[in-house]
Amino acid sequence: MSNLTKDEAQALIQEVLEVYPEKAKKDRAKHLAVNDTSVENQKCVTSNRKSLPGVMTIRGCAYAGSKGVVWGPIKDMIHISHGPVGCGQYSRAGRRNYYVGTTGVNSFGTMNFTSDFQEKDIVFGGDKKLSRLITEIEQLFPLNRGISVQSECPIGLIGDDIEAVSKASSKEIGKPVIPVRCEGFRGVSQSLGHHIANDAIRDHVFDREGGGNGVEPGKYDVAILGDYNIGGDAWSSRILLEEMGLRVVAQWSGDGTLAEMEQTPKVKLNLLHCYRSMNYISRHMEEKYGIPWVEYNFFGPTKVAESLRKIASYFDDSIKAKAEEVIAKYQPLMQAVIDKYKPRLQGKKVMLYVGGLRPRHVIGAYEDLGMEVVGTGYEFAHKDDYERTNHDVKDATLIYDDVTGFEFEEFVKRVKPDLIGSGVKEKYIFQKMGVPFRQMHSWDYSGPYHGYDGFAIFAKDMDMTLNNPCWKQMTPPWKASAEADQKAVA
Amino acid sequence: MANIIISQALDGGLTFYMPKKDLEEKVVSLEFNESGKWGGELKLSSGQSYYIDPMEQPSLPKTLRARRMD
Repeated sequence: MSNLTKDEAQALIQEVLEVYPEKAKKDRAKHLAVNDTSVENQKCVTSNRKSLPGVMTIRGCAYAGSKGVVWGPIKDMIHISHGPVGCGQYSRAGRRNYYVGTTGVNSFGTMNFTSDFQEKDIVFGGDKKLSRLITEIEQLFPLNRGISVQSECPIGLIGDDIEAVSKASSKEIGKPVIPVRCEGFRGVSQSLGHHIANDAIRDHVFDREGGGNGVEPGKYDVAILGDYNIGGDAWSSRILLEEMGLRVVAQWSGDGTLAEMEQTPKVKLNLLHCYRSMNYISRHMEEKYGIPWVEYNFFGPTKVAESLRKIASYFDDSIKAKAEEVIAKYQPLMQAVIDKYKPRLQGKKVMLYVGGLRPRHVIGAYEDLGMEVVGTGYEFAHKDDYERTNHDVKDATLIYDDVTGFEFEEFVKRVKPDLIGSGVKEKYIFQKMGVPFRQMHSWDYSGPYHGYDGFAIFAKDMDMTLNNPCWKQMTPPWKASAEADQKAVA
Repeated sequence: MANIIISQALDGGLTFYMPKKDLEEKVVSLEFNESGKWGGELKLSSGQSYYIDPMEQPSLPKTLRARRMD
């Protein structure tokens, strides 16, 4: 099917909205739009609003944003899921934040620590239990570098004073114990959890006594912010930066450590990949320590080259020259990847619905492969994200914020994309509808996708999914036409 | 009164950011923009306007208290 025009897309939105009751229709209409490049400063869709009761949303909670995204990957700290056991257990290790280290000895990334609240803890308060738990952790895992207390909903509801417990326990074990008030009911999505986690780092990690003196600051120090090392993403980004002569002092927070975070206020430039989850701390460091920050995009060779040049522009000529060398070195390799896969993927249409940064960042990578993004949307973005997205997408692209299950299915039925990139909750619906699907939250057990090495894997994965022979077997034999039967007989 | 951050934009202008609402907007005009007197009414590209008490020109970015005018 040919691409929708602007009017057709607008009509599609109207048609989809038709089934809602009046009030819901009015509300949802604000979250859906068609990109219109002809107007300067076009209006953004409404975002960061509470999801409507009764429609399907795939958003997470503040706890997910703090424990799952920002704090969780910091490998040498123990993150206690303070509250009932489920929140920690069902989200344990699902995000594939890779790290090096011996799990259970000096790294704790894939483990689940919880205070396992019971009825009596709700009735009598869980402060004593938390304090006991921290003492026990210190005995069992003496090589931890610190502990963070990630609150689940009941903590805020019953009014436990985790700050006081953390302070006392910190004194007792002689390590930082950081209370994080990320109760799940706060905010409308995981986005507020990111903010709370950023604020906790600001208040409890920076300027901590005795922290951040480990490394002599150098003039090419940078920190990678907002790269969670999903499938090794931060590693494939890091080697490029190191190759161009920069020294990566810290990774936030994939494969990161507490010491790296404490070192970050001394870097020369903060490199921000996931704007949504770490812009808060970047802004803080800019104001307090005078460290500039720059957003970059390591998906697809075009954007990688663009980003490397942008990063290099903050440094002297030797770095700029090396950046060019790096780009030139990988250029033939990337050309080979494009030559191989572009003919197989050319002209295919993609619809995206992910969180954080990917709805706009991966567009470049798809375009490098000759594919086209015809619809994109975020789970939990804010206005600033949509503003950035408007520059990246083409005219007449569908934009949907916090899309409901119904809307997304209807859009797919009509737009008929060749590939959908979204989360695991949508995956099986669309695969059963016969549409090729990639899970773009944690790369469908593949990855890394960042950097030049990542692009080769990205291209291979997209080809593998799109051109998989199974999509030709979607019609069951009893529904196949009589002609096909005849053919089979003959 | 709300906390806001004013920072230098890449194109030479100013950017307004309100952490509480995650509102990032371009500053269209600033009433006083001299080294000795800086601040006053702040017009945003979204049409809203805020007021910050005039002060010595600060080094940007800077967290300030602002009042909504409309």
